[in-house]
Amino acid sequence: MAAGITYQPIQTQTLTLTASSVTFNSIPQGYTDLVVISNIKPSSSASGYGPSFQINGDTGSNYSYTLIYGNGSSAGSIRASSINYARYGSGGSTSTLEADVTHIMNYSNTTTYKTIFARFSQPSADTGAFVNLWRNTAAITLLTFYGNDGGSIAAGSTFSLYGIASA
Amino acid sequence: MTKGPTLIASNTVGSGTPTNITFSSIPQTYTDLLVKVSLRGTQTPNHYLGWHMDINSSTSNFTNLYLQGGGSGTPGSGSSAQYMGAIPGGGGTANTFSNSEIYIPNYTSSNYKSFSVDSTGEGNETLAFANFIAGLWSNTAAITSLTIYPDYNSGVGIAQYSTFTLYGISNS
Repeated sequence: MAAGITYQPIQTQTLTLTASSVTFNSIPQGYTDLVVISNIKPSSSASGYGPSFQINGDTGSNYSYTLIYGNGSSAGSIRASSINYARYGSGGSTSTLEADVTHIMNYSNTTTYKTIFARFSQPSADTGAFVNLWRNTAAITLLTFYGNDGGSIAAGSTFSLYGIASA
Repeated sequence: MTKGPTLIASNTVGSGTPTNITFSSIPQTYTDLLVKVSLRGTQTPNHYLGWHMDINSSTSNFTNLYLQGGGSGTPGSGSSAQYMGAIPGGGGTANTFSNSEIYIPNYTSSNYKSFSVDSTGEGNETLAFANFIAGLWSNTAAITSLTIYPDYNSGVGIAQYSTFTLYGISNS
């Protein structure tokens, strides 16, 4: 990897059909941070929670997040702890693609829990940001993204994974 | 393909006070666009102004939803067609500029274009602005131009030393 190159493309997935999830596996460990650009819409409305992701296949209650949001008429902040997913998107529309940018800092270190900042923009519903925590010191090698309520993601959605190098 | 962000164009405002800055003939060879803006308006006595962005010279079919903090109280949220945040005006603290970033995924696609804006205006005053914005241009055309300008009764100048930088990001 050449020094100083940022947004080094690792993998892109474009959904031509509805998918139950989108997975990036065998993520190379040679970068400092990861960025996921997702231009997505879920295939069904949420009854519980919006688009989510899991790390390294961990389905345990090892995630927490704090959310700040605005929905066009009001703003607020909420948090959830000891849940089995992290959050990256709004999921407030099944027809309008949302623009989401997820930053995964220091993903390959094996000494700290992982903090993930996810900025979401769904102009038909809400905008805001999540600060996620995954309570695990393992290096991140696999990311799995879901739609609303851990469900599917609609055709036409795209996910691109980039590596960010600090040197 | 060169990896990104790859500089496409940049513009630093000189001693003149243009009313807008336009990136035209945007190459169609990238996946996403990233725009970084450092902007100040010349309008007085206003301390802050809104700023807007046209796409392909269009001022219609925009739906922008914002989450805005003003430095005190509870943050607010609303929608305003082309609102991109608040920038220091000529009546505000001298030498202060906003810092903003626009991310436009899949700008050549035939879908409606959604985009994300993070924008700040801080001038060591009682009022300041931090904005998260979800933007939508309900048009299927590929994006070939972007025009950025302060918006206050139109025709407001852009202050010297404002900068505008357009990058392309490729996913392959």
